[in-house]
Formats: sequence, C-alpha cells, structure tokens
Amino acid sequence: MNTGTADKSHPPPQARRILSIWLPAMAMDRWRLGAPERRQLDETPLVLIADTAHGPRIEAANRAGAAAGARAGMMLADARTLCPEIATAPSDPAGDLAFLEKLAVWAQRWGPWSAMDAPDGLLVDVTAVPHLFGGEEKLVADVAAAFARRELAVRCAIAPTAGAAWALSHYAASGTVLGACDDAEARLGELPVAALRLDQDVVTVLRRLGLKKLGELTTIGRDAIQRRFRNRKSPAANPLIRLDQLLGRVPEPLLPVVPQQMPLVQRRLLEPIRHRQLLDQVVSDLADDMARELEGRGEGARRLELGLWRVDGEVTVRRLELAAATREAAHIVRLFASKLDDIDAGFGIEMLRLRASWAEPLALDQGDIEAAAETHGIALSALVDRLAVRLGAQAVTRPVPFASHIPERAQRWQAPLDPEPASQGQLAFHKRPLKLLDKAERIAVLYATPDGYPQRFRWRGEVHEVSRVEGPERIAPEWWRERGATRLRDYYRIEDQRGRRYWIYRLGIVGDGRGGAPDWYLQGLSA
Amino acid sequence: MTQPDLASLPITAFEDVATLSARRSARWRPGLAAMQGKALHSEIFASSREAAGAGAALALALDDWRCAPRADGQEAEDRRGVLWVQTREAARLGGRPYRAGLPQDLQGRVIHVLAEKAEDALFALEEGLRCRELGFVIGEVAGNPKALDFTASRRLTLTAQKHGVPLFLLRIDAARDLSSARMRWDVTCAPSDAPEWNAQAPGDPAWKAELFRARSHAPGEWLLSEKGGELVASRARENADRAVANWTAGLQHRRMPRSA
Repeated sequence: MNTGTADKSHPPPQARRILSIWLPAMAMDRWRLGAPERRQLDETPLVLIADTAHGPRIEAANRAGAAAGARAGMMLADARTLCPEIATAPSDPAGDLAFLEKLAVWAQRWGPWSAMDAPDGLLVDVTAVPHLFGGEEKLVADVAAAFARRELAVRCAIAPTAGAAWALSHYAASGTVLGACDDAEARLGELPVAALRLDQDVVTVLRRLGLKKLGELTTIGRDAIQRRFRNRKSPAANPLIRLDQLLGRVPEPLLPVVPQQMPLVQRRLLEPIRHRQLLDQVVSDLADDMARELEGRGEGARRLELGLWRVDGEVTVRRLELAAATREAAHIVRLFASKLDDIDAGFGIEMLRLRASWAEPLALDQGDIEAAAETHGIALSALVDRLAVRLGAQAVTRPVPFASHIPERAQRWQAPLDPEPASQGQLAFHKRPLKLLDKAERIAVLYATPDGYPQRFRWRGEVHEVSRVEGPERIAPEWWRERGATRLRDYYRIEDQRGRRYWIYRLGIVGDGRGGAPDWYLQGLSA
Repeated sequence: MTQPDLASLPITAFEDVATLSARRSARWRPGLAAMQGKALHSEIFASSREAAGAGAALALALDDWRCAPRADGQEAEDRRGVLWVQTREAARLGGRPYRAGLPQDLQGRVIHVLAEKAEDALFALEEGLRCRELGFVIGEVAGNPKALDFTASRRLTLTAQKHGVPLFLLRIDAARDLSSARMRWDVTCAPSDAPEWNAQAPGDPAWKAELFRARSHAPGEWLLSEKGGELVASRARENADRAVANWTAGLQHRRMPRSA
C-alpha cells in the first residue's frame, strides 16, 4: 500500500498508457457486415447459434432479438418459446478470432503495438502517442469515429494499466480516461468486482461474501482475502493478483500481435509447360528468386510450398520441410526434383508459386568460405534434408534418453537436429547392451539352474549353453504408467559357450499372484 | 621355412619394389591409422545372432578416429556425428542401437536412418559419405541384396575416398560376395576375460576377427578387445605368420639373393 501512495504522489514521468477497446457485439456486427442483404434483418429478432450436445445454443443476439428475450448462453429452444419467429444463423468463432487478429493489426494506427484480448477486445499501447491526436480525449473520439465508420459497436477507455483500461472499457462510460496522476483506487472503487477479469465462479464466491464493488475488497483486509484464495495461483482465479495488476503493483505482460508476411515468389508462364525439363528450369528460377528474397530479409526457409496451377484448373501443391534454415537455391532445387517426378502436367502448367510458409532468421555469411568447404562435402543439415525427402522424415532420427526405468522406454527417437531434451545423467552401475531388439523375443528355457537363471535355452531355433552370468538386476514396473497387473523384470547379462553376450529377463517371479509361471525373454544383444 | 622379420627391413635409398611391397604388406595392427590414415571402406561379415559385428565396427572406427593424425585446421576434439544406417530387415534381426549401451563418446552423436530397402540404405550411405560433418558411417545390410553388387560397393569406395569419411558396412548373415571394400573382416564373438571383481560375470567384449581380404595388408586373425579405451589385438593363431610369409613370398625370394 505504501508503494501505491508513493506512486500517486510522484507519478513516474514515463507512465504507460493503455487503450482498451471492447466490441460488445463483435460477432453480430461481423455477421451483419458479411453480406449487404443481411442489413435488412436489423429489425427482425436474430440469433447466432452454435451446436452443442444438448441442441443449439445462442452465442449472440441482435438488438431486436435481445428485446424479444434472447440472451447469449440460452438454449435456442428456450428462446423459441419466448419468441417463435426468431431467425437463426450459424456462429463462427474461428472466423471471429481471425477478424480480431486483423483488427488488432489495424488498431496499430493508434499505437506502436497492440494485443488481442480474446474473445472480443483489443489492447493498444498508446504511451506517448496521444499528443499526435491532440490529447487523450480526442484520441478516444477518433477511435469511436473510426469504428463507427466500420459499423462496429465499440467502447473504449485509456488507463495506466491494462487491467484498469479493461475495467473502464467494460464497466464505465465509453471514452473514460484515467490519468496517470488520478487516484485509481477511488475512481475504480465503484466498479463491480466482475471488472477484475475474474472467472465466473470466483465472481460468484465474492458476491456470496457480500463483496460487490471493487472498493469493498480493500475494506475487509488483504489477509482475509489472501487466506480465502491462497490456493489459487492463476490470475483469473485470484482477486488479489488481479487487483494488483489493475493498480499497477505487479507487472502484467501482454502478447503483442506482430504482422508477418511470408516470402512468396511466382512465375506466370506465357506458354503452358508440359515437359519436365522446362519445369525444372522454372523451379530453379523460382528458387533463385526465393533465395534473393530470403537474403534480403536475412532469413532462411524451413518449410517451402510449391504450387503448380494447371490450365484445366487443377492445383498441385508439393511441400518440403528442411532440417535447418537454408536459402541455397541449388539445395532447394535438388530436394524438389525428387518430389516432381509424379507431377501430371495435363494440358500444361501455367503458373508456379513458391512460398516459404516457415522462415527462420539466418545471418548473412561470406560466400567463399562456404564454397571452400563445399568441395569437401555437404553440411549435416543438407544431408538430413536429402535423406528425409527420399526416406521420409520419420526414418531419420536420433536416440535421446527419456526418464524411465523400463529399458525400451528409456530411449526415444526424435528429429536429428532438434535440441536434446534435458535429462538426468545415467547411473553407470549397470551395463546396457549395444543393441536392443524392437520387441523382446521369448526364449524357451530347457534347463534352469537352482539359482533361477537358465542354463540352457533356445532362441530362434538354436540352443545356447550359458557359461557366465551376472544378475539379477530387478526393474519394477512403473506403477504410475502401467496397469497394476504388470509384472516386474529380473534382468541377467549372460555369455554363452561361444562368447555371445545377451541381455535376457524373466517377466515376473513365481508366486507374485500376477499370472502363471514366469516367461523368459531376450531383449538385447551386447557387443 | 625361415620367417622374414618384416619390421627390420632396411629403408635403403634404392627402394626396390620388393622392399616397398614388403613394408606395405606390414600386418594390420591397431593404431595403424596414425601412419596410413583411416581405413576408408571396410566390410564386416557377422551373424545376426550376436552384436559382435556392430561392436567390432565401433571399436575399429573409434581406434582409427583416435589414432588418425589431426590436420592443421581441425579442432582438437572431434565432435562430429555418426550416421548409422540400417535396413528394416537388419533392424528386425539384430535390433537397433541402444543409446545407453553405446560407447560413452558416441552417445549423443548417433543419427539413425531406417531404410526400407537395400537401395534406400545404399543411397543413405552414399549421401552420408559426402557429408563433411560426419566422423564415420556405419551401414547394416542383411543378406546379399541384388542392389549391393560390385558396382555399388565400388561407388561407395570412391565416395569414401573422395571425401575421406570412413565407411563400415556390416553384412549380416551374408555370403562373401564380390566387393571392392579395402578391408574385409569376418567377426564372431569370443569368450571374454573374467572381470576383476566378479569372475562369474561376462567381461569386456572380445571378438575373433578374421581379416580375410585386404588391399594393403596380409590376411590374418586376431582376438580384438578394448582395454582402457584402446583397441588391443592379440594374435589368434600362430600360423597366421606363415600366411604373411607366403603372401609376400614371391617378392621376398627375389630380394633374398641380393642381400646374401
């Protein structure tokens, strides 16, 4: 609290200013703008519905629909009993999100960066910007005018923190501005607790406690609320964290929307091509263009898509993933060459487009150093690309350790150039075999010693006579992963009469109550 | 028949063909890479019932890796990767490499390629040999596939020589067909020495390796094992010496009267 008062008396010179924009009827407005004839339905009750397991549910209602009694979250059947002539249209949440994303980029006209506040809000950082619009009041007026031109209902507010701006835009008059020097606690005290961006169940708990306004939260003492919500770590479930964010006592990171453009090159051909030789030439031209494009951006491609438009309207797309960012035209051409073997040109291909849908930063490097190295061979990433293109991406892998006691589970296969996951170092108490069979093979024990291990066994049709043995190494089943009836394993390292070394195990022990007599398996071959 | 002492052959100014051949015919021994460079293309015949082939291949490769002289521009520690290509048949018979059982140096470096057919495996091997960021390449091919004929092995030899990346091709359950490999081994398991603390337990791996054809070495048979991070070869049979003598006999006979 002391820090809060100190902030009020000496406002930091560079206090942030956040503009919160709320579109209360975004889904409905977007549907209405979708086609010109939809405007004629303004006066008829209309709802957007989503299908659920219990029938259609209302996601949004227009003004006439709301007047007729339809509310978001209501079942359509209930609304029909109130107003039988209600019209429906399907809702489109994914489209709404994409629309909001575009809107977030568009809203950067008021500030250098903006963040989405899903499902229907935006946050724009307008720190040190308002003087360009003639002050903060004129800035919010400009926002209202711009959204009115796009026929989108909007409410906005400016405050020093994202939390306060959100609260004011949702629960105060539109266009409210909370200055850096204003007493935030007093100005926001009259807002309902729902203005804290809390989950619905937390709001219900607070209402049952009799805390209805923000100002009332501080009256019962911080400790009491702290005790009540001590197990809630998520900000949306803990009113104290939200209150601190609202007043700027704890920072609240926001994820900005950064527009990105994919590098794209294309060739329209005067004469449709039908022959492979010409196709190769065009692809190599495209690869050169792409390399230049990527070089200009200081990037390298990780995924490339080559689209081929045929005269008769067919489109063929060939996709390529690269193990490391690259912009070597020759390498790209070589990888695509094997993917173009089964292209059906039909009456001819009239347009080709190469798009780098995934690019990573790749610094410019000096060409001739690499050229000298090229005479010695290709780079590892190029090798992985070539192998993955011919054999499939899952055929080229690297073994990495995994936290498990079960030997076949303690090793996983991942893409060869991915970073190795962090793991505990292995304990070198026990030797492991050089090779592990894909599936442990059952062996028939012909004669077991009284100690319990097999003296003579048959594997793949040949009898082995055990001369040396070490064990058992007992590996218990991982109860947190497997079913309760899984049996333990007793591993033995053995060497037979001719010096062949194996790793065998017995699945279970006699009398463990998890099945009959235990079986023996051969799992690994030691060097 | 007298046994010529090959090590004591004089390096005279008028090195005739005989001396040269005799020196070149010096028997294979571990650490030879320090003088002659790495063995670039080796074939190792082994049974699918044991991992002796893979173990011996790794031991030979690591021996070359440790002993080969470093070029000027090279890093002091070689951190390059290892490509391990298996056909699906070879992986089914002999299992896949297990990281915890690999030599300590190699655990984080192995890149595994699983090829459906022998043609794919040969493609992967050749591409691997072209890669400058690989220390060596191990291939495992089961049986005698049609694709792996003399032309294919010659191709691999030339690629390995051009780029200096050694290839160890494991031939699982294969007949000794025509090949251009520079060294051809036949490896089986050998009973291991008893460990110091538990005489009943299997010891450090040992292999019986027969070099049955090599370009610049006499054939012979050794017991290979790894002691203290180094490859140790002990002679398996005394008559191997005689084989050397016979192998160079024609050249030696011409030289004998001159020195006498």
